[in-house]
Amino acid sequence: MALTTNSILICAGGGCISAGEESVKQAFERKLKEYGLDSVVSVVETGCMGACSLGPLAVVYPDGVYYQKLTPKAAEKIVEEHILKGRIVPQYLFEGSKDKLTVEEKAAPSEIPFFARQVKIALRNVGVVDPLNIEEYIARDGYFALNKALTKMTPEDVIKEIKDSGLRGRGGAGFPTAIKWDIARKQKSDVKYMICNADEGDPGAFMDRSVLEGDPHSIVEAMTIAGYAIGAQKGFVYVRAEYPLAIERLGKAIETAHEYGFLGENIMGSNFSFDIEIRIGAGAFVCGEETALMQSVEGKRGQPKVKPPFPAEKGLWGKPSVINNVETLAMVAPIILRGASWFRQYGTEKSPGTKVFALAGKIKNTGLVEVPMGITLRELLYEIGGGHPQGKQIKAVQTGGPSGGVIPAEYFDTPVDYESLAKLGAIMGSGGMIVLDEDDCMVDVAKFFLGFTVEESCGKCTPCREGTKVMHDLLEKITSGEGAMEDIDKLEQLAQIVRDSSLCGLGQTAPNPVLSTLKYYRHEYEAHVKDSMCLSKKCKAFISYVIAPDKCTGCTACARVCPSSAIYGEVRKVHEIDQDACIRCGSCIEVCRFGAISKVTPAVENVVSK
Amino acid sequence: MDRLEIKKIVEELREEQLVEGDILIYLLHRVQDHYQSHYIPPEIGEMVAEELNVSPSKVYEVLTFYSMFATKPRGKYIIRVCTSLPCHVPGGREIVEFLKKKLDVDFGDTTKDGLFTLEETSCLGLCGVSPVIMINDDYYGDLTVEKVESIIENLKGGEAR
Repeated sequence: MALTTNSILICAGGGCISAGEESVKQAFERKLKEYGLDSVVSVVETGCMGACSLGPLAVVYPDGVYYQKLTPKAAEKIVEEHILKGRIVPQYLFEGSKDKLTVEEKAAPSEIPFFARQVKIALRNVGVVDPLNIEEYIARDGYFALNKALTKMTPEDVIKEIKDSGLRGRGGAGFPTAIKWDIARKQKSDVKYMICNADEGDPGAFMDRSVLEGDPHSIVEAMTIAGYAIGAQKGFVYVRAEYPLAIERLGKAIETAHEYGFLGENIMGSNFSFDIEIRIGAGAFVCGEETALMQSVEGKRGQPKVKPPFPAEKGLWGKPSVINNVETLAMVAPIILRGASWFRQYGTEKSPGTKVFALAGKIKNTGLVEVPMGITLRELLYEIGGGHPQGKQIKAVQTGGPSGGVIPAEYFDTPVDYESLAKLGAIMGSGGMIVLDEDDCMVDVAKFFLGFTVEESCGKCTPCREGTKVMHDLLEKITSGEGAMEDIDKLEQLAQIVRDSSLCGLGQTAPNPVLSTLKYYRHEYEAHVKDSMCLSKKCKAFISYVIAPDKCTGCTACARVCPSSAIYGEVRKVHEIDQDACIRCGSCIEVCRFGAISKVTPAVENVVSK
Repeated sequence: MDRLEIKKIVEELREEQLVEGDILIYLLHRVQDHYQSHYIPPEIGEMVAEELNVSPSKVYEVLTFYSMFATKPRGKYIIRVCTSLPCHVPGGREIVEFLKKKLDVDFGDTTKDGLFTLEETSCLGLCGVSPVIMINDDYYGDLTVEKVESIIENLKGGEAR
């Protein structure tokens, strides 16, 4: 490896790629070449750095200066100023979560609130190493844990270490990882399988994609350790087809691990042999459920099966199989290498360690963050997330995707761990957090998630297939202004039935968004039905756009932009909206420079006579 | 695609795979990628069944279960719009409405010129830059109606040239 004076790490996560990372990278390389610096300055593409809303991102080392929202022009300027003359380019500095950093306060990661509160275990290498370079992974203690396990530990020792660490499944349910391993270990079978669940489907969660794209070797290493612990010779990673980049990088990682002897026959001179293959999904959310996933690996329709028998007893092709989520596995190598008590210094007694959260929705710093369990929602949303982008009040946060629930702002001092969230009627889930503000209607949110479940139900059991559909119809009725009070009760009752009688986790958790919004926001449901009002002014059946006569100057801007020609009025005279013709698209509000147009609920009678 | 090509892929996959039973989904991906119109014709599905020595109904049930497989021809560009909540909240709904109007199709339909198919997709995991769409294998994020319009126009322009 050639010696370099500077390294430019550029984020090649999905978010930054979609924001033009490729052309920025090319601009860096072009300009470096122009100055003959290409031999001493390396440009490295890393995995996701986490601050997706500010992409494309890059860090210039050794100074550790973060740059954001880069363009090819910005890249050229950084080469000319920063690399060549050692002067930081202030206008592209990382904004952090609060005030723009000045040049004096050097934008080192430890000083930016977005990074300072984070503890990275699962994401330890993501955004730091070149995911395709195994030597960079090794340089950061990669494959040391595998070596320790194979040379100094028995499979029982490995399981004990994981058990002592208290590691729980990060995919949603929080089941203790060591128990799965232990059951599989004790099964008498010549063939066992180690499976990695990378069918990340929860809306709003993208930590697994980030790990696979940014640090694929961590999964290869962890699966091999797990295979050793349970006595499996073969592993499968089931990746959804929506993640082509993850598939590509993981495939490359498996290949290189083979070349280095970390996979294959007699790994590191031991008598343990292990191999990993990738299986690709084809677009079915239910395949994230472990029994459905195994069906899909076997090349069948991904329909769940009744448990027990559990996969650890009878899994893939009827053999004992352990299924762990990507993020869970990403924790394994550090625990083995540094020990259970090291891991336990973070988090809480019952939920040790860290958890990756994906912040999305109405929040300033969207992206991935990894924090110790037990942090409060307030710290997570305001100190790390930076609060609402326009400084509005945050109304609630939705956790756990379509299986989870909403947590209202009153409860933001709750610590984030498996038990506390479950107590509130939400779940930790895979870690997606969607932030909602006063403009978001809770009935609409519930309807939205249920629409998702209706689509994704595999159709095998009746409560889920039919029940979710009927629930969705009831919500449709309520949001379109045709609901009655008994519909709310019917909805609640049906939700409980679907929860109690569905076959798999998908159906059992599908009613959660309805139940939790009913628990905290029943008044919003009732307002829809009783008062024909949507308090968030979201549901089109209950809102009208109106023009305030005292503010309207008759500039005609709104009438010109209206796609359904619903606005009448002469030049310089007060305009009016024909409520029957109005399609409630909101275009008029955006163009009005006088703040004369507003949304009101309930809807008003039409007064325009044609 | 003919039987010979299918045979070839089956052989290739058999060599790669260590376990026999699970070739089907992989194979269907490969077959579908072969067609520019991103689908698997019924007669090809039957050939696949014969080659793998399984019943055609098994192939068909897998084909129709997974949303990424199609049994009817689709457009050259498959536009997959993320309709998950993180995209819905910051303006995804407007993107969907715009695309439907602009292309004059509903979800699942293909434009008359055979260029575009509009589909829904679940979360693409790019919530940090929502709303997001995926066109074939490429992602587009931080979308606005204007941005989507120029993306579509660019693709159309590329075709006209």
